Amino acid sequence: MEVLDILLTVNFWAASVRIATPMIFGVLGALVCERAGVLNLGIEGIFTAGAMAGWMAVWAGADLWTGVAVAAAAGGLFGLIHAILTVPLGLSQHVSGIGVTLLASSLSYFIYRTALPDVTTPPRIAPFRPVDIPVLSDLPFIGPVLFQQTPLTLLAFVLVGVVAFVLYRTPLGLAIRAVGDNPASVEAQGLSVHALRMGAVVAGSGLMAMGGAFLTMSAFDAFFFGMVNGRGWICIALTVFASWRPGKALLGALLFGAFDAFQVRLQTEVGAFLPSQVFLMLPYLLSIAALVAVARKADYPRAMLTPWFKGQR
Amino acid sequence: MIRLEARQSVPGWLRLAATAGAGVAALVLVAIPIAAAGVGVLDAYALMAKGAFGSVFAASETLTRATPLILTGLAAAVAFRAKLWNIGGEGQLYAGALAAVAVGSGAISAPAAVMVPMVLVAGALAGALLMIGPALMKLRFGADEVVTTLLLNFVVLLFVQMMLEGPMKDPMGLGWPQSMPVTDEASLPRLMARTRLHAGLIIGLVLAVAVAILMRRTVWGFEIRAVGENAAAARYAGVPVTATMVRVALISGALAGLAGVGEVAGLKGYLTSDLSPGFGYAGIVVAMLAGLSPLGVIAAAIFIAGVFVGADSMSRATGVSNYLADLVVATSLLCVLVGGFLTRFRIRLGRG
Repeated sequence: MEVLDILLTVNFWAASVRIATPMIFGVLGALVCERAGVLNLGIEGIFTAGAMAGWMAVWAGADLWTGVAVAAAAGGLFGLIHAILTVPLGLSQHVSGIGVTLLASSLSYFIYRTALPDVTTPPRIAPFRPVDIPVLSDLPFIGPVLFQQTPLTLLAFVLVGVVAFVLYRTPLGLAIRAVGDNPASVEAQGLSVHALRMGAVVAGSGLMAMGGAFLTMSAFDAFFFGMVNGRGWICIALTVFASWRPGKALLGALLFGAFDAFQVRLQTEVGAFLPSQVFLMLPYLLSIAALVAVARKADYPRAMLTPWFKGQR
Repeated sequence: MIRLEARQSVPGWLRLAATAGAGVAALVLVAIPIAAAGVGVLDAYALMAKGAFGSVFAASETLTRATPLILTGLAAAVAFRAKLWNIGGEGQLYAGALAAVAVGSGAISAPAAVMVPMVLVAGALAGALLMIGPALMKLRFGADEVVTTLLLNFVVLLFVQMMLEGPMKDPMGLGWPQSMPVTDEASLPRLMARTRLHAGLIIGLVLAVAVAILMRRTVWGFEIRAVGENAAAARYAGVPVTATMVRVALISGALAGLAGVGEVAGLKGYLTSDLSPGFGYAGIVVAMLAGLSPLGVIAAAIFIAGVFVGADSMSRATGVSNYLADLVVATSLLCVLVGGFLTRFRIRLGRG
């Protein structure tokens, strides 16, 4: 019964929300791109670029929020490369995405190594601290779980609402959704399919990079090689699981966070009987299972993966 | 006036020129980070070329490095030809290596004539088996194979670490998580004295020719290409699409698995969890540089291997980080995509 007691602790739920935070940014970013019809497999590299760029800006003396902005800009820049290759040029979104991932990670590693040639232990920055909101932070249970997190976690929650509002309540959102379902209808309204798609990919990539920035500026205080460790790919699976809806994206990321936090605690409980790797595999296997479970009825944006050219019917 | 006009078909020479152009463009672009690191660009490239091809030993190192890349490149080329996006070459490579060690490190003793084929078959089977899951999940449930194969890479690597810290750990390994050494009987023979070249290279070259024949001269190859061009049309024309996809998945996985066999049974002699510095992912770049042509894979693999070996040696001499090699690889992939785009058009001067 000890194992189930884990689920009742404040600590566990606070950790779940913390682990979910980068996934919220990542899934929101991926769904903005995909809603506009572009699969962005650059996500894994864009996470790395965001983690490195944000951390490095702060390490070089910028304040934390400037660091977040630098991370988002770096993500947007790699998003722009993917957008140019896949939207006006109409090249394979799969291959371009893999290429952007390879480019963004290798460039991040190269810059880090060049700026810090002989460090043995990664230098640290002063990361975001948990905020203290009057009244809310003092609520029992809810307080420590939701309102004693760092500002980036709160920002992630706010962005869920913002993305949902923009997608479903504004003309821009309508246009973005339409451009991923039926680009010809958008063209018929006199809007530019290419501008909308490219804008969505750049914005989505900026969001992804903020997920990376959370890793080096909030969850940890340094940049490590390989620290993204598949989180980007998991976001792609969670996006399908979330059926491209911001609310469900939040739910999916939180479920993932809870599962990962549970796995870590289970390891300490029953770790003596099973090798640690069994537990570390679980998040990846769970993501595959989640993808398979929803894949058959997944309602992919209809024009996803399909390039569109002006004057085409 | 200059106009772009779509070509009906792309001639072979132009495709070749575009690939070479992409390689050159990548080297030009990567000159920026080299210069930013404070090193002369031409010096750096001269050192790289010398490090990769400057002596018999350097060239042998490049070919040794090209060996797994030929196999993972073929794995990606076959799969991508059918539009099956197998990004799991890295995991399949480790599965192949693990199987090779399981069979070849003393569990079975037999003469080399039996052991070597057995190790190869075990590795190929392990790689192929690993593709069954993603193939079935794609065909049965419509789960995107990109995501499943990518995520399985992480699962396989963790599984390898688990085996190396547990049942397959070498008790003589001084506490390091490494496997028992592959026995002499199960090792692939060396090709040249004082180099690390091994028979894996011959296997890679033979398989490149075999895959080229398979794709060009057999019904299976025709079906694979037809499914890749247009699966719906292929189905209408009576091509067994599902069976073809499964076949492609198994062939692709087996090829990547063999890359792992070569690395443990031909080169390293035992398995560690850092066996591959991303050969599976680099295989994708090799395949794309080759325009998915099996024989082109050989040339592309040697180019990429040269970049890796050359960058290592340049890095030792100048202090420029050897992540430069990954940077060249990534940039080449993006450049070759753009190059492929440009070949589809011709530039016309004057009014049309």
